Amino acid sequence: MNIFVCVKQVPDTTGKVAVKDDGTLDRASMATITNPDDLNAVEAALTLRDEIADAKVIIVVMGPPAAASMIHELLAMGADEAVLISGREFGGSDTFATSQIIAAGIKTYGLGEGDIVFCGRQAIDGDTAQVGPQIAEKLGIPQVTYAAGIKYEAGKVTVKRMLEDGYMTVETQTPCLITCIKELNKPRYMSVKGILEFDTKPYYVYDYEKLKDDPLIEADTIGLKGSPTNIFKSFTPPQKGVGQMLEGSGKETVDKLFNILLEKHVI
Amino acid sequence: MILSEKYQMMRKFYREFAETEFTSELLDELEETGEFNWEIFHKIAAAGLTGVKIPQEYGGQGGDYMAYTLMMEELSRVSAVLAIYANTSNSLGGGPLLYCANEEQKQKYLVPVAKGEKIIVFGLTEPGAGSDAGGTQTTALPDPEDPDYYILNGRKTFISAAPMADWAVIYAKTDLSQKGSRGISMFILDMKLPGVSVGKHENKMGITGYPTSDIIMDNVRVHKSDLLGPLHKGFITAMKTLNGGRLGTAAQALGIAQHALEEAVKFSKERVQFGKPICKNQGISFMLADMATEIEAARQLIYHTAEAMNADTPDVPQLCSMAKYYATEMANRVCYKAVQIHGGYGYIKEYPVERLYRDVRITTIFEGTSQVQQMVISGALLK
Repeated sequence: MNIFVCVKQVPDTTGKVAVKDDGTLDRASMATITNPDDLNAVEAALTLRDEIADAKVIIVVMGPPAAASMIHELLAMGADEAVLISGREFGGSDTFATSQIIAAGIKTYGLGEGDIVFCGRQAIDGDTAQVGPQIAEKLGIPQVTYAAGIKYEAGKVTVKRMLEDGYMTVETQTPCLITCIKELNKPRYMSVKGILEFDTKPYYVYDYEKLKDDPLIEADTIGLKGSPTNIFKSFTPPQKGVGQMLEGSGKETVDKLFNILLEKHVI
Repeated sequence: MILSEKYQMMRKFYREFAETEFTSELLDELEETGEFNWEIFHKIAAAGLTGVKIPQEYGGQGGDYMAYTLMMEELSRVSAVLAIYANTSNSLGGGPLLYCANEEQKQKYLVPVAKGEKIIVFGLTEPGAGSDAGGTQTTALPDPEDPDYYILNGRKTFISAAPMADWAVIYAKTDLSQKGSRGISMFILDMKLPGVSVGKHENKMGITGYPTSDIIMDNVRVHKSDLLGPLHKGFITAMKTLNGGRLGTAAQALGIAQHALEEAVKFSKERVQFGKPICKNQGISFMLADMATEIEAARQLIYHTAEAMNADTPDVPQLCSMAKYYATEMANRVCYKAVQIHGGYGYIKEYPVERLYRDVRITTIFEGTSQVQQMVISGALLK
């Protein structure tokens, strides 16, 4: 059984956000991290792999060659293999084109009957939450989003979805795609053993040549040209002032609020 | 030296682990209660840290001395005492097993120690034998009634983790006719054997939360299969174990110093006096420059020593002593300055440097005082 995990390397938005003159993110000048929700997806995959005999976890990343350092960390966490989809032709892709390419990558590796694809809910740079669902559509498999709990039986997955106002439990057959949220689990750490062994694991690079024969890959479905979305402008929003939380009983907090408003001559 | 990608990944892993798991609430609790925290110990074990330097075939992670050094540095950067939780099995406790246990002993003792399922401690120091380990008075003599057993009598003092230990490596005189460090052997002592007891809890200045006490042996019968290494030749292993331990202590001091520097830099940028942050004064900024320079010098010496230990070069004993001597004295200077930069706030427990100042003090003392290190270094020069 193949358990795929789609992972994105993203700029560390806790640091300074840099924007280029053309409005796109200046990724080169920003520190990178593994997208946090994707780490939950990796953990879900590894947990499942540990339960099932003959299962392996394959990390699937689309990105520049520099994404290797992140992939090495995921292999050191315990993933079994990695596929880096990388090529100039793929640059500038929006969520539509990206999911097209990643789906082609998964198909090229080989998606079988009992397989599962895990994704993070969304990436912290674009916050679209579109790539996971679109990959499922392009692979023609069912999808379950916002997974906060996963139960696996052969050929069947039961997922507890976390929604704004409650939970929804969904059962689906495999192959399927599941997007994970941070409530699902606590990602494991790398291990020293894993670090010592990561470079012994299979690591494939899929370039344009490798994927070009897949029907999903056309000149007008990938890269900047194949992207219906174009970025008009990016900017750093002005910082809001720091709020103040009042603690205590209803009466106490109202008293405090009253005093603050008095001090500021609002009332 | 420039760290390889793997060592950089290890540093990142250790740092993430320490910054996530060693919460300020946990550190406060250790300070207040002084008690061993089993929950964090189990987390440390589950992350493989208790077996970082132990080969994979014995339940460890298979890391080398550099992997171990980086762990001690990074864990100590957040908590000097929790670094010791991960240290003992890799160093003083596991070291003697690794160096001279036979295969059966390794399977029985080293494997659970590496996995953090059992705790083993190192019993060398005695009330009258600290720096002078040759003055060991604990004895292990053949049982006159059963030649398969030794009878152990004596007292070991300042034994870190003794109250929690499952086993202790005990150094005892087996040949009373030999003088000094000769005629000493090592035994694995099961702490549950009749006649074994632990002394009162020692109330320490720093590294609180890792209980320390005496181990007292009163006619304890130990089976000969628990003799560790060759008879009468235990002292050589003790010295070899201490080399590794000195590297670890040096790295521990380095981590504490790094933390102190970070706190001092932060505070000096925030603290305003005479209308400007105090870091704008050369009196402060030059202190910071000195701290950073000394820390980096120690780091390079320590990393070089770790590489020398990996390569098993002949100058390892001196290098380990130099690394420990320089790094621990340096760290004490750095913590002194960090408190000084904080002024009155540095004397208040709310600020981390107060704890660092107390924690760092032990580093020039345990695993061989600075003066013992000077003896080792000068001894190599003058032989």
